[in-house]
Amino acid sequence: MTLSFPPSEKKPLEGLQPKGWLRYLSFSLDHKVIGLQYLICGFIFYLIGGALAGAIRIELTSPLSDFLERDVYNQVLTLHGTIMIFLWIVPVVNGAFGNYLIPFYVGARDMAFPRLNAVAFWLIPPAGLMLITSYFINGAAQSGWTAYPPLSITTPAAGQIIWILSVLLLGGSSIFGGINFIATILKLRRPGLKLMQLPMYCWAMLGTSILVVLSTPVLAGTLILLSFDIVAHTGFFNPELGGNVIVYQHLFWFYSHPAVYIMVLPAFGLVSEILPVHCRKPLFGYITMVYSIMGIVVLGLVVWAHHMFTSGTPPWMRLFFTIATAFIAVPTGIKFFNWVATLWGGKISLNSAILFSCGFIINFVLGGITGVALAQVPFDIHVHDTYFVVAHFHYIVYGGSVFVIFSSIYHWFPKFTGKLLNENLGRFHFLITFIGFNLCFAPQHWLGLNGMPRRVAEYDPQFTFVNQLSSIGALLMALSTLPFLWNVLQSLLKGPKSGDNPWKALTPEWLTSSPPPVENWLGEAPLVTEPYGYGKKKKIVLAIKSEKEDKENI
Amino acid sequence: MLSPITIISFLVSICLIIGGIWVGNNVNLLPAVASTNAPIYDELFKVLFAIGTILFIGMSGLVIFSLIKFRRKPGDVDDGESIEGNLSLEILWTAIPAIVVLFVGLYSYDIYDRMGGMESLGSHNNHSHHINEERRIWGGIGSSNSIESPLNASSTPLTVDLSAMQFAFIFHYPEGDIISGELHVPVDKPIALTMESKDVIHAFWVPEFRLKQDVIPGQPTILNFTPTKVGRFPIICAELCGPYHGGMRATVVVEKEEDYQQWYKQNAKQVDLEV
Amino acid sequence: MTTTTPLEKDSSPSSEEKKSDTEHSDHRMFGLVTFLVADGMTFAGFFAAYLTFKAVNPLLPDAIYELELPLPTLNTILLLVSSATFHRAGKALQNKDSNLCQKWLLVTAALGLAFLTSQMIEYFTLPFGLTDNLFASTFYALTGFHGLHVTLGSILILIVWWQARSPKGSLSHDNSFLLEAAELYWHFVDGIWVVLFIILYLL
Ligand code: HEA
Ligand code: HEA
Ligand code: CUA
Ligand SMILES: [Cu+2]
Repeated sequence: MTLSFPPSEKKPLEGLQPKGWLRYLSFSLDHKVIGLQYLICGFIFYLIGGALAGAIRIELTSPLSDFLERDVYNQVLTLHGTIMIFLWIVPVVNGAFGNYLIPFYVGARDMAFPRLNAVAFWLIPPAGLMLITSYFINGAAQSGWTAYPPLSITTPAAGQIIWILSVLLLGGSSIFGGINFIATILKLRRPGLKLMQLPMYCWAMLGTSILVVLSTPVLAGTLILLSFDIVAHTGFFNPELGGNVIVYQHLFWFYSHPAVYIMVLPAFGLVSEILPVHCRKPLFGYITMVYSIMGIVVLGLVVWAHHMFTSGTPPWMRLFFTIATAFIAVPTGIKFFNWVATLWGGKISLNSAILFSCGFIINFVLGGITGVALAQVPFDIHVHDTYFVVAHFHYIVYGGSVFVIFSSIYHWFPKFTGKLLNENLGRFHFLITFIGFNLCFAPQHWLGLNGMPRRVAEYDPQFTFVNQLSSIGALLMALSTLPFLWNVLQSLLKGPKSGDNPWKALTPEWLTSSPPPVENWLGEAPLVTEPYGYGKKKKIVLAIKSEKEDKENI
Repeated sequence: MLSPITIISFLVSICLIIGGIWVGNNVNLLPAVASTNAPIYDELFKVLFAIGTILFIGMSGLVIFSLIKFRRKPGDVDDGESIEGNLSLEILWTAIPAIVVLFVGLYSYDIYDRMGGMESLGSHNNHSHHINEERRIWGGIGSSNSIESPLNASSTPLTVDLSAMQFAFIFHYPEGDIISGELHVPVDKPIALTMESKDVIHAFWVPEFRLKQDVIPGQPTILNFTPTKVGRFPIICAELCGPYHGGMRATVVVEKEEDYQQWYKQNAKQVDLEV
Repeated sequence: MTTTTPLEKDSSPSSEEKKSDTEHSDHRMFGLVTFLVADGMTFAGFFAAYLTFKAVNPLLPDAIYELELPLPTLNTILLLVSSATFHRAGKALQNKDSNLCQKWLLVTAALGLAFLTSQMIEYFTLPFGLTDNLFASTFYALTGFHGLHVTLGSILILIVWWQARSPKGSLSHDNSFLLEAAELYWHFVDGIWVVLFIILYLL
């Protein structure tokens, strides 16, 4: 057997990489740097998207369209949706934590393709900037994040085209990331490590990446056709030229439904890592968790038309998609029951990480239940495109994914920086976020049921009070960001040292120093076959090892 | 044989289920009922609401209870018990949601059928003569032949054309050649609305009817319903269609037969009356 | 080439460290295959759109054109032959016959360019343009997107050829990743063409 060492994959050019914080602005090949790049970049976009949400909520405090111009309102909500999905949730739950953690979990020194990895990240900031600047040039896209034609063909072309370009770039980034994760998990595993011994997050990322690779290209193709319609005046989706608008919807949701699992499966994985550590108990039902992830992946690919129940789809199709969609509750339910069983009988530290994770469980169950209701055709016919749907998905994307991101930041901050966050401030952050979130989105269920459509800047005055409640909730959510940012800042500047493994966790990333050295381990990567072996008689070798590495590390 | 834990959890579950059913039946989150469709919808809603409440309260209760009961006492540095799984529990919580979901799916199928959603459109809409036969007709829900309202089965539906455009709904009564911005319909009479869009996608939504159907350019679509309550109800455009989407509203006026006839006579074209 | 380790094979920790560093070319191949799956999904989306348009939005009779078959059939043959010649080039490289390999590569590239030329000829002789109707638009979108792949593939082949030609190039019998990758990609593009040919011209 010949051993070849391709030049492109040599050591990640240690000497040439800038040191210190400048690393985060460089084309670094280190998976940890890239992970944090994703996280910071995503968080900046979260603040921007949140500010846009603030504009939406201010507009909606009164039933008239008075704060924003009508078309500006549509631009704002389009930007809000696009930024939150493509520049915040997807890059952070996949890119940030995936890049940071997966190589540790498989016992590798880096991702399979470090260069591709860096390219994937660096596609994001330009795409995001483009998207935002389009607002200042000629008006941003204003046909919603779904960009349904013919509206998207008839609104001003410049903004829509820029929107398409930036979503294409972000999709490309996502596909490159997905390929990298699949290759890393399947091919770069430390020999001796079996698939069934991997931490759950690896499985979640494997499932997610399969979805990314199978569905994102379809979105890319669709958007290319849409851009032809706009630029070259072809008629794919333009009924005036004989095109068919429903085909666009099918193609769009073929990606965008799986996209919702791209936003939430990694979050499921992260929760599965966080709960056992702070409950001091093994993850309950590992094998069923794995199967349920794969079940969600398979089902997730065949339910897209539940977004189109009022689009004139034939009855048999509605029926099939109802049943298929509702059945996603089964594998998802398995995961939730397993988490509760993980909590049950544990020794739970009530810290910020666990609070956000449990907040996630509660919020997501509500969002999931309204999802299952939405899946029923006759139910959906009334509430489709109303605030009921807005409430459903914010319960999931915010109450689910964003809560998990916060939980993960509290959990892994010591790993990233070697510093501890202030727990009391963290709990306070949780409390305000949880209250604000529920105040903001729970009333929206009622709004939708009683006749308030979504994507409107003006509404029936009978809904004023409830909308104002919701806006107060949004204000609380915005304010809750402050203690968090303060906490992070304080900790970075003068936070107490955390030590290598403040949580006494058993997953591999904690078995090295915090923050870890460039190639993750000074010596050989440890073989962790029981990442959740809490409460086992024979204690896993960890304390000794991490201390040794501590000395050698700066 | 029965440990106190079993008894307690049994009692709690019973309370939960009773409570959920009570909530489903007594908490009304929906607007007025004004079509044959609406009571069927509300029936489904009650069931979903009850199930949802039980699941949500149950799950959050478990989580909060665990957080309190199993929180770590100060000074306790031990791990919890190393329990990695339990096959019978796994089977239980795979089976229960599967059964619930299956039940909900079949039940909502039944509801949908009773609303008339499964009927083929050709059957009682052949009279929609003004539609080009070669083009496909797409259907919404809400057939007039709904089982709930036998009184409709005999009467032929009143046909009204709807054309949606940025940013208005225009109704056209082919018989009297009336063009109107308000939809006037007699109460308890089945209506067949033939919808087409002039530009982008709109949606016809009357919350009190629990009915919504996209109005799609290039695809004539039929929506059937039977109003059952006299009154004025808002017609709302529910699909983003441009800057004035939020202002794209109209009213459906459900009137007593006499009132409707009077309105009709007043507005019908002279030509028609002479014939 | 290195051998692939079966996914779940247990190997002793001593030999593994080295191996995980040396399997990279293998990973790149794996990555490429994953990428091709993604690329294939783009085509799948286009095909699905085309088939749905065809089923749901039938054109008026006077807008339907019979596509001429001779040229596309020739194109199919060109591509299929080029797949074979590419395979030859790979075989030659394995037998350390760099000259032969280069020749076959050139033949393959020539066939690819011939395909593109003939495609262009078809474009110019067709009685419809991009925006004429739904069928025309989809036809051009599908064949155009495929043509873009062929163009890219031809450039790749020329790059491979260049590398094989220069003695210091990064292609040799024991470092043949570039050639293998290009070959796999080429076969993929051929396969897509065959599907496209069936769906677009024969159905
Ligand atoms: C991360 C994002 C995310 C996730 C995970 C989900 C998850 C689900 N979604 Fe949601 N959805 C969105 C994001 C998401 N959704 C968005 C963004 C939209 C709007 C898009 C737009 O139009 O702009 C949307 C819209 C949307 C619609 C279309 C509504 C409409 O426009 O008319 C539907 C309809 O079926 C739906 C259903 C579901 C279902 C059944 C699930 C299921 O996966 C949920 C399963 C989970 C549970 C059920 C909870 C846990 C389970 C148990 C505790 C077990 C017991 C439960 C039962 C027996 C019920 N969603
Ligand atoms: C995916 C994630 C995601 C997240 C996290 C959010 C977060 C929020 N969303 Fe969003 N939302 C969507 C995805 C998301 N949304 C999507 C996909 C749509 C559909 C779009 C469409 O219809 O096309 C939508 C639509 C949508 C609507 C409906 C608009 C309409 O239909 O007319 C509303 C209305 O209330 C809303 C509100 C909010 C609020 C209050 C938050 C809050 O949680 C935000 C909280 C965060 C903050 C408030 C940030 C705090 C920071 C600051 C305020 C400081 C700012 C400082 C600087 C910029 C320097 N969202
Ligand atoms: Cu018409 Cu919205
Ligand atoms: Cu969906």
